[in-house]
Amino acid sequence: MGDLITMNDLTNEEIIKLLDDAKKMLPVAKGDIYLPLLQGKVLANMFFENSTRTRMSFETAMKRLGGEVLNFTSAGSSVAKGETLFDTMQMIDGYADVAVIRHPRQGAAQYSADAVNIPILNAGDGAGNHPTQTLLDLFTIREAHNKFKGLNVVLVGDLRYGRTAHSLSNALARFGVNLTLVAPDSLKMPEEIVSDLKSLGCTVSETDRLYEQIKNSDVIYMTRIQKERFHDQDEYAKVSEIYTLSESDLVGSKENMIIMHPLPRVNEINPNVDSTKHARYFHQAFNGIPTRMALLCKSLGIDIPKEVV
Amino acid sequence: MNDAEMRRVTAICNGTVIDHIPGGQALQILRMLRLEYGISNPISLVMNVPSDKLGRKDVLKIEDRELIQEELDRLAIIASEASVAIIRNYGVAEKRQVGLSEELVNIIKCSFSNCITQNKREPLPHKLLVVNRSPVEIRCSYCGKIQEMSEISNQII
Repeated sequence: MGDLITMNDLTNEEIIKLLDDAKKMLPVAKGDIYLPLLQGKVLANMFFENSTRTRMSFETAMKRLGGEVLNFTSAGSSVAKGETLFDTMQMIDGYADVAVIRHPRQGAAQYSADAVNIPILNAGDGAGNHPTQTLLDLFTIREAHNKFKGLNVVLVGDLRYGRTAHSLSNALARFGVNLTLVAPDSLKMPEEIVSDLKSLGCTVSETDRLYEQIKNSDVIYMTRIQKERFHDQDEYAKVSEIYTLSESDLVGSKENMIIMHPLPRVNEINPNVDSTKHARYFHQAFNGIPTRMALLCKSLGIDIPKEVV
Repeated sequence: MNDAEMRRVTAICNGTVIDHIPGGQALQILRMLRLEYGISNPISLVMNVPSDKLGRKDVLKIEDRELIQEELDRLAIIASEASVAIIRNYGVAEKRQVGLSEELVNIIKCSFSNCITQNKREPLPHKLLVVNRSPVEIRCSYCGKIQEMSEISNQII
């Protein structure tokens, strides 16, 4: 099946193939070439939770490949009337060829995949996984460093609820990076994930101190402390501004170190970092298009030509 | 069990004897089997007796009730090494195997408060995967959360 629910649905070879395909798609992603590989196909964008980049980049990816997009948001739909996810997905099974789903509840993507026949792509399930973000993150890292093995990657911020960090850490561990997890005690990476990372043979170190990591890092991956995941706003206030990067913090960092962020940012990265050679987050957001193009083709069983011209 | 141990509680005429339950787990087993209330069958319970195999073990004797396979599957979640004998007319009529399957479908539900299966109206079955057998580790097949084994009897469907 063409489902992508967690990174475990892809082998390392499949990931590399997707990244290679995404690279070929760059001129199509930029709009320089029109390549209607997905003409006649319909994507359902099922967003039960807010999204900017993920929804729009899937839509752009589909449209630049000649496909059509149905956009669903739960506000104003039958979900507001109490429709179950199962029922909503049954309908989509008949309306579209592939569906992207984001949902506030964890496990919603796997549940949808069990409920329907069309391929389901998980675009974030609660604090669970966000594997399509991981593909664009990996693409961005490979673009900058041309390898994964041996890189020092630092994941920073909300590692407890941060689904991008959950999926990305899994993939990075499989490709042999050295991972440093930086989070306050209340937002540490869930124990089942850390134990999985270690069983993949990854060197993982955990700390709550960011600044001493900067010098040796090849990639600093910042994440937002997610206000919407906190039930207690006092708890949120305690940690909301715990890690911030500004230009002056980067003095002494490696020449080719890159700073990434799945966005949106609040105050984790000062805008004065944007113009440094390290900032990669806006370009990272663009990379959502070629990687999602490659993924849509794979899920729909469409081969990407050897050369895109 | 030898005769002396057998006599710690009276031999039963008809029913089920569950032996080799890990020490201290018998009460949780009763909950797993939904035998803790609302039934009138006599139940004898022996806890923490010495055992060569387990160090300490518990034994349960349930009179006038032969456990069915579905109940044995639930038993396997916390006592996968248990041995089960069906007793008829004071003799062992049948030995039944307890086996922990790889997937637990509609046996227990995920405890995670934000799992999609917490919506009671969602119709798909509760599915959990046994990812490790010793010690037993169970994860929800939808949300992936590891289940707390000491609380697992509260999650029986």
